[in-house]
Formats: sequence, structure tokens, C-alpha cells
Amino acid sequence: MGAIQNKVVGPVSEELTLVQAAKRGDDSAFEELVRRYDRNVFRIAQHITQNREDAEDVVQEAFLKAYSNLAQFQEQSKFYTWLVRIAVNEALMKLRRRKPERTVSLDEEIKTEDDSLPREIADWSPNPEQQYTQAELREILSKTIQGLPPGFRTVFVLRDVEGLSTEETAAALELSVPAVKSRLLRARLQLRERLGRYFQRRENGNGKSGEVKTGDAPSGDGNQ
Amino acid sequence: MKCSEFLTELTSYLDGVLDEKTKADLENHLSWCHNCYVVCDTTKKTIEIYRDSQLYELPEDLRSRLRSAIMTKCQQQKKRGPQSV
Repeated sequence: MGAIQNKVVGPVSEELTLVQAAKRGDDSAFEELVRRYDRNVFRIAQHITQNREDAEDVVQEAFLKAYSNLAQFQEQSKFYTWLVRIAVNEALMKLRRRKPERTVSLDEEIKTEDDSLPREIADWSPNPEQQYTQAELREILSKTIQGLPPGFRTVFVLRDVEGLSTEETAAALELSVPAVKSRLLRARLQLRERLGRYFQRRENGNGKSGEVKTGDAPSGDGNQ
Repeated sequence: MKCSEFLTELTSYLDGVLDEKTKADLENHLSWCHNCYVVCDTTKKTIEIYRDSQLYELPEDLRSRLRSAIMTKCQQQKKRGPQSV
């Protein structure tokens, strides 16, 4: 069992060339930056807001804010990390507006009881994702990640879905490296535990169980 | 290595950033502790499933509409001159 492989976003040197051209007023260079990162920003925004319209707004607002503040970007970090920080802040603002009754912050005190310790140790079926259609699988994954606190799912998405390094994630979220590591571990373990309800090896060995439907999200999953 | 220590090192192990000694201790633990092996394996699968899921892909038609809206707003912004959005 080895380490997981991360996705790699385009070369940094090309990114810097585009940023410098955009700073000089070349809008086609900025448009190229939009093309390069719009899918990432949309994915991050939808993971955080869990709402498609909000995610579309976040994409527009994040790029517009980046465009307007490009002169302030110091080029000491990657443009992408800077853009992600803007997008995460915009997404969290959307979430706060939509759920004013809930505290939504990356800094909120996340309860420290052992809610991430593995309770369910049963093994999964081989290739568990193949037990479901693509649409069913997407629903399962979406419902499952919705059940995590925003601070956990944001760290998980940046690190494990988008492939940012721990340091880049810490910079983008203005968190310490140990805080990112701690949240990442707990996010991974909680997702594992919840997915296990769908992916566990069945006693009868036929994989897909008629008892588990994607609509039957286990309690605590899905918050809208 | 105890099970609780394995859990502390799990994220660094999966990220491939453990030093050789800790990695060897952890792999030795996994060779005899079935529960930790399962936790490690299914956590790795969890990450891979999410990473490869294509969850929330941006459809091309929406992508192009968004990009066009962004660039229009940027140009309006440029005409108005520098100000905070």
C-alpha cells in the first residue's frame, strides 16, 4: 500500500507569465487564467456551498475580485493559491448568508471528541464504486461530504480533490500547517466511516445490497 | 507501534511524507494488525474515489457562459477605473 498520487495543476512559470501580462492590462492573458482555473474554482465552490447557483456566483465573483486586485498580488505565492483563498472566502460568505443560524467559519472550534476514530472496521468490496451507476455514486459522494463541517470538507477538497500541498492549503485558508493536518485526518476518517455504509463487503458476497439506496442517507448526512 | 500511533501517522503515510524509520514501523504494524490495515486501505480508497469522481464538473456550455460574463464584468470594471469590488 503506497502513497496516493496528487493531481498537478499547470506549470507555475506559465502561470506567472500570464499573471504579469494580465497586470499590464492584457485581458486575453487574464481570460487564459480563467480558462485554466474555472473548473477548479467551481468544484471548490460547490463543495463548500453545496449549491450550484451559489457556486456559479462564486466563480464570477472570485475571478472579478482577482482581476480588480491583481496589482496587489505580490507573486510570492502561486496565483492559483491566491485565487483559491479568494474563492473560499466568497463561498463561505454565501454559506453564511444562506444559513445565518449556523456558525460558518474555518476557525470555528470543531468538537474534539473522538468523532473521527474508526468505529466500523469492516472491509469494503473490491472496486466498491463499481457497485453503483455513475449517477448513484455521485449522489452518494455528494451526500456523504455534505455531512462534514465546512472547515473539514474545505480542507479535504483542497488537499485531496484539488491536490494542493499541505502548505498551500494552509496558506489558502490562513490556517496553520498542524491545523490543516489535523482536519485532513479527521475529514478522511469521517468520510471513510460514512462511505463504509455503502461500500462494505456484503455477507452474501454479491456486492450491491438492495437495502442501501442512495436516497437513504444515513442520519447526519446531508444538511439541506 | 500501537494502533493509536498508527492513526496519528496515517495522513502522513498516505501523503508519502513519513521518514523511512516511521514508515517501516507503520508497515510492520499493518502486516499483523488487520483492523489498521483495513482502515488504511479504505481511507486510501475514500480519497481515490473522491479524487476520481468528477463530482461537480463544470459543463462546457455553462463554462463558456460564465467566462463570457466574467470578461464582460472585468471590462466594465476597467472602464470605471480601479475600485474595490
